[in-house]
Amino acid sequence: MSVARSLPHDAAALHVTGAARYVDDIPTPQGTLHLVFGLSDTACGLLRTMDLDAVRSAPGVVDVLTADDLPFANDCSPSNHDEPLLAQDRVHYVGQPLFLVIATSHLAARHAARLGKIDIDAQKPILTIEDALAANSRFEEGPRIYSKGDADGVLRDAENRIDGSIEIGGQEHFYLEGQAALALPEDNGDMRIHSSTQHPTEIQHKVADAIGRPMHAVRVETRRMGGGFGGKESQGNALAVACAVAAMRTGRPCKMRYDRDDDMVITGKRHDFRIDYAVGFDDAGRICAVDFTHFTRCGWAMDLSLPVADRAMLHADNSYYLENVRITSHRLKTNTQSATAFRGFGGPQGVVGIERVMDHIAQHLDLDAADVRRANYYSDRIADRGNMQASPPEDLQTTPYHQPVTDCIINALTAQLMETADYANRRRAIETWNAQQPVLKRGLALVPVKFGISFTLTHLNQAGALVHVYQDGSIHLNHGGTEMGQGLFLKVAQVAAARFGVPLETVKITATDTAKVPNTSATAASSGSDLNGMAVQDACDTIRNRMATYLAKQNGSRAEDVRFEEGRVQVGDKSLTFAQAAYQTYEARVSLSSTGFYKTPDIQWDRIAGRGKPFYYFAYGAAVTEVVIDTLTGENRILRVDILHDAGASLNPAIDIGQIEGGYVQGAGWLTTEELVWDDKGSLRTHAPSTYKIPACSDRPPVFNVALWDQPNPVQTVYRSKAVGEPPFILGISAYAALADAVRACGTGYGDLQTPATAEAVLAAVGRAQGEAPQ
Amino acid sequence: MTISFLLNAEPVTVTGLPPTTTLLDWLRETRAMTGTKEGCNEGDCGACTVMVTDATGARPLNACILFLPQLEGKHVTTVEGLGAPDGTLHPVQSEMVRHHGSQCGYCTPGFVMSMATAHLNGDTDHDTALAGNLCRCTGYAPIIRAAQAAAAHPVPPHLPTPALHLADKLPGAQPSAAGAEPPAPHLPRTCDDLATLYAANPDATLIAGATDVGLWVTKQFRDPGEIIFLNQCSDLHGIVQAQDHWRIGAMASVAEVEKYFAPLFPGLGAMLRRYGSAQVRAAATLGGNIANGSPIGDGSPAMIALRATLHLRQGDTRRTLPIEDFFLAYGKQDRRTGEFVEAVSVPKQPDTLYCYKLSKRFDQDISAVCGCFNMPVEGDRFSNVRLAFGGMAGTPMRAAQAEAALEGQPVSRDSIHAAMAALAQDFTPMSDMRASAAYRAQAAQNMLLRAFHSLNGTQTDVQQVRA
Repeated sequence: MSVARSLPHDAAALHVTGAARYVDDIPTPQGTLHLVFGLSDTACGLLRTMDLDAVRSAPGVVDVLTADDLPFANDCSPSNHDEPLLAQDRVHYVGQPLFLVIATSHLAARHAARLGKIDIDAQKPILTIEDALAANSRFEEGPRIYSKGDADGVLRDAENRIDGSIEIGGQEHFYLEGQAALALPEDNGDMRIHSSTQHPTEIQHKVADAIGRPMHAVRVETRRMGGGFGGKESQGNALAVACAVAAMRTGRPCKMRYDRDDDMVITGKRHDFRIDYAVGFDDAGRICAVDFTHFTRCGWAMDLSLPVADRAMLHADNSYYLENVRITSHRLKTNTQSATAFRGFGGPQGVVGIERVMDHIAQHLDLDAADVRRANYYSDRIADRGNMQASPPEDLQTTPYHQPVTDCIINALTAQLMETADYANRRRAIETWNAQQPVLKRGLALVPVKFGISFTLTHLNQAGALVHVYQDGSIHLNHGGTEMGQGLFLKVAQVAAARFGVPLETVKITATDTAKVPNTSATAASSGSDLNGMAVQDACDTIRNRMATYLAKQNGSRAEDVRFEEGRVQVGDKSLTFAQAAYQTYEARVSLSSTGFYKTPDIQWDRIAGRGKPFYYFAYGAAVTEVVIDTLTGENRILRVDILHDAGASLNPAIDIGQIEGGYVQGAGWLTTEELVWDDKGSLRTHAPSTYKIPACSDRPPVFNVALWDQPNPVQTVYRSKAVGEPPFILGISAYAALADAVRACGTGYGDLQTPATAEAVLAAVGRAQGEAPQ
Repeated sequence: MTISFLLNAEPVTVTGLPPTTTLLDWLRETRAMTGTKEGCNEGDCGACTVMVTDATGARPLNACILFLPQLEGKHVTTVEGLGAPDGTLHPVQSEMVRHHGSQCGYCTPGFVMSMATAHLNGDTDHDTALAGNLCRCTGYAPIIRAAQAAAAHPVPPHLPTPALHLADKLPGAQPSAAGAEPPAPHLPRTCDDLATLYAANPDATLIAGATDVGLWVTKQFRDPGEIIFLNQCSDLHGIVQAQDHWRIGAMASVAEVEKYFAPLFPGLGAMLRRYGSAQVRAAATLGGNIANGSPIGDGSPAMIALRATLHLRQGDTRRTLPIEDFFLAYGKQDRRTGEFVEAVSVPKQPDTLYCYKLSKRFDQDISAVCGCFNMPVEGDRFSNVRLAFGGMAGTPMRAAQAEAALEGQPVSRDSIHAAMAALAQDFTPMSDMRASAAYRAQAAQNMLLRAFHSLNGTQTDVQQVRA
């Protein structure tokens, strides 16, 4: 069968030969025009005048548009209609698009876009969390609060109490392919769009609004993205809308791709947070009460910030059972890029909060942090082979949002990982080594993950598919998910091939297309395979049942006994090739085409109250990371990582391991070298890879052991697999925790390591640990 | 301008384009060869990596900051030309497929070109070979597995070898007709030609490897005006040794300097291994690094610490000066009109050099602080100490007070502490996106302590620690 096999990415051979086409590689018709935005250099102010004469007269410029030139909606927001394509009256951040240059070449447009003379009545911008709090600049009327038990009362009476705070930096997606879109005008002003997007339906919707046409007039196609990571969930809207508006105005195809610096200056990033905490605990490190306050810097527009901040709250517990807990979340509005989706969608920030608490408790009690973590775990609920233990409802532990945790495996998973990672022996060896080393110190940390799977906006948990079986037995596969490198297309094709019992080559993977499958959700929330795999399974089974019904009837046997296996269809004692079976069914005038549909069952919650069941299930995992730091400079290296991760019954173990390795390194990068720096005018100073440092090859762990837990999902997901896109990102937090552990080895003071834990941040923490004020 | 080179074994002649046309734009927009990708357009991500071969060998280069005239007479292999003519994949390609080395695939063409170049050169230090290729999906592990597996395969015979006879296949560079647009670039073939040309056109922009000037063009849209490309000046290349010194030609690439000096000064070799990336080191020159006077270039502090002499030339006039005297102030060098860097000479000496490069990321990152310390010991005392820093002032600079504090003092922790205290008087560093002023000051002092620990054999290098 084609599932549960480590097949290579369907486009691998195209990738390595450079033949895989991305938006900017699609051959364009002659006369295609190229677009570039002119950007604000001011973070906050009133837009007085724009002198664009020099822009208009620059070589190659065909037209220049401002907000007043837009014929219909001036909006590219995913939610709140607060994100004009081009600034109108006010500017909200440095990098905001002010005008749109349409030129005969990308280079000509880039040159011209720098020539605008913009008069802005600058006002004092709100840049930081502190600025926003002082100005009460926020989304929603006040903070959101989730609570369970009596956090205040229990905290008051706790044996031990500590308070603390951690800064959690944002993160640039740094997809290698920048944002890009191409609009091709068609008959009657219809628009065909190629977009590098995780959300073709939203592109369709926003383009339709911008050109004043119904959604049926807009067709959006996405074959692949050169990386997305959440950065192409909403941030591609502006380019596609700009292309469509310009194409409508000029009647010519229009293409837009952001230069890397523009991309980093214009688009949103991971939300940065400050998390304050107060925690009460017993002498064994068991938490009796915890109070978290999340301060979330959302930037200038709402975008997806509310569900991001929600998900941070929903992951404030990570894998730990918290009886008395309160989480308060401030969603702050600032004059910076509008922070957006990024792998984990707030979840990682929430987890950093509680992991920081675990490390803080461990140091306070002089315990191994791994022991503190395990003392606080939810109890396991899975006996073996994916069967849930029957427990009386009153025994079930609930999350801070009152969802019972019924599928926990974290204790068994951790025990196995600590064994294979040789944790106990290495802990001792590191202590010995540290005692002998005056300059270098090692650290070791275990961090678990429990990640909730489902869109928290419940209606998004649906997917559609379209499958055709042609009369020669070849299969055309389409669904609403998009391919950004995660191997979704392959996994779903493996499902289709398995349903028909044919080799994978029989299935043609096709570009995501709003004309084939409508009303899709973004490929996000790790849900791609879960949702689209099930929708495709539904479509395939519809066709298969029609084939079986007809063939069984012809043969005088029962439809349920017809077998689709190894490229053949077994009908009673008759064996047909799949192609023969398809042809005979076609000849009998039976439809070989079907849509498929899936909606996640059994989820419902109240996001305002923070109560209910937002998640269909949880994905688990754990990582042990070892690091070394230099106490003179703060320089550090990851030395070894061991991961055991729960992908359910994996659809494709190689693809899933790829997600885990890549997710870990991306997560570790977020908390170490990836530092976003804004100056006091609100200008992003790290807007290119020269200054913003994602992990390079040598930053990966030199010893990197990744294994799959490989037990079926107890709930009925596609082939009992589990979502794997986001959860392993969180395992990168173990790199931060290991650095904190190494800092702890430097002295008796509390290092209070902040993130990103750059060499500079590590050195500052070493100074605190050694009890010296940083010089 | 007429430029001729081989593209995937086919001779091509380019005419009528501005000399600042990059290879990447030309490939993608003129030739519709879209396999080579643009990731950053500044030479920092490697998605546009191509293999460039000439008589001296094959090297990986970033096509986004490579101007067409730099390719005159060379052989460019792009991802479209990497597989065999019959469609058989190159071993690095087939191993990348087998080891799941691509996810989104966008960085992949650049990776396979770097990998294929390293494979051709027998280079199995994959971390170093691939430091200039960023991947955001895989975490690199499967890519390294693929590179290791590919090392067992032979180099496919269809790839270009250094023993090319390009002259037979190519017509050679031709200046454009007078008055033709755009202006023709100058490609002098000898240092004498360059001296004459530059003396007559002192406002021209000199381009060596274009790893800096490339960004003036692609990011800042600066018009370089008249351009003199230096890469054809054969006598500016190379490193030669004399009785008492080594002479580094202005066009010697950082890669060549690294290779030559790593056995002589391992600390310098280790630092230069982290200078830019394989692609950048193959293009960038030590001469260019010095000539542009950057306060954060790593070449100058090392050369200062080694007591190098700078050789300048203007027409037929030559002069020399201690390299530290070349840097007058931020953006201002002691370089006269029409004068250019001809060479750097380094006196032969025992290795007492410590080089420390401190950056946010180990590989391919600009230094927050670069400290290069030449600390000879006579008897039990420091003697002839030189402490040079980058990133601590507007120019690469010696730490005069710290040097004075160490000079003639016993090799002891007390002496080092005195020098650390003195160092605080030498510099007032700035805060920027790479580091705060306080961190720079503290780390620079601690680098002196690190050198002392190293002298005593204490382990100080996190890069040497293994799990």
